[in-house]
Amino acid sequence: MELEAAKMIGAGIAALSLAGAGIAIGNIFSSYLSAAMRNPSAAQKQFPNLLLGFALAEATGLFGLVIALIILFAF
Amino acid sequence: MATNPMQQFVVQRIGPEIKIAGIDLSFTNSSLFMLLSALGICAVLFLGTKEKRLIPDKFQLLSEILYNFIAKMISDTAGSKAKPYFPFIFSLFMFVLFCNMFGMLPYSFTVTSHIIVTMLMAVFILIAVTIIGFLKHGFGYLKLFVPSGVPVILLPLITVIEVISYLSRPLSLSVRLFANMMAGHTMLKVFGGFVVSLGILGGWLPLGFSVALTGLEVLVAFLQAYVFAILTCIYLNDALNLHH
Repeated sequence: MELEAAKMIGAGIAALSLAGAGIAIGNIFSSYLSAAMRNPSAAQKQFPNLLLGFALAEATGLFGLVIALIILFAF
Repeated sequence: MATNPMQQFVVQRIGPEIKIAGIDLSFTNSSLFMLLSALGICAVLFLGTKEKRLIPDKFQLLSEILYNFIAKMISDTAGSKAKPYFPFIFSLFMFVLFCNMFGMLPYSFTVTSHIIVTMLMAVFILIAVTIIGFLKHGFGYLKLFVPSGVPVILLPLITVIEVISYLSRPLSLSVRLFANMMAGHTMLKVFGGFVVSLGILGGWLPLGFSVALTGLEVLVAFLQAYVFAILTCIYLNDALNLHH
């Protein structure tokens, strides 16, 4: 039973990595918005980079979520 | 009724069991949805290019948008030398996109939510890019691991780091796609479970969340296909134009 509890705690801690992804995504969009307000003509060109940055940042957090799911379901 | 949010990822056999030399090669729901995606791509592109009109209809417009989108992406990230690899990157993008989008249909199966599928594609890309690099530059391709302008003292360390980062490319490429699809679909099903367990009174809030999350997941499905293709272009760029 203690092993079960330890697994749950470990999975919860691993899922905390999504906080970093949240900060990163907020940072990317806020930087994009403030830059786009200053120079709206250059904003359209950087939109693909925004999406790329969003996807890369989100994925980093999801790696932690995968660890959590592995702990919960694979062991 | 499925009560576990992970039950949607179970691979089930459809039809008879086929075993060749001890390896299970049966037709599964995963293969069914891969086949459906491939047929969907063929159908869209066939309908789009059947009649070449000056004023395009919907399917022709769709194929033209997809073609231009990928062609522009390749020329922006990997330069004109990557033109010959357009069919490969286009098929890769379309396959990942259609697998993700077919997975968004209710009761369907998401092929890309299994790491074996994404890992296969990523390892294939790594091997292909390595072979292309060695064919184009010979042993000069190893210069990729030795960036210029680095102090000599740091060079052994940097080289080791570069080699590790090069070899971990397929891992990050495949886990990114797989984790996004799996996490998104699990989240959708968890919220769907909340709707059932909260009943007719409290179930409206998670239902609204579910609708919003479905929209987000469609965006993510497109975005991950795009990121998969653009990272392949970036890796190809390393192999074709040795910048370091």
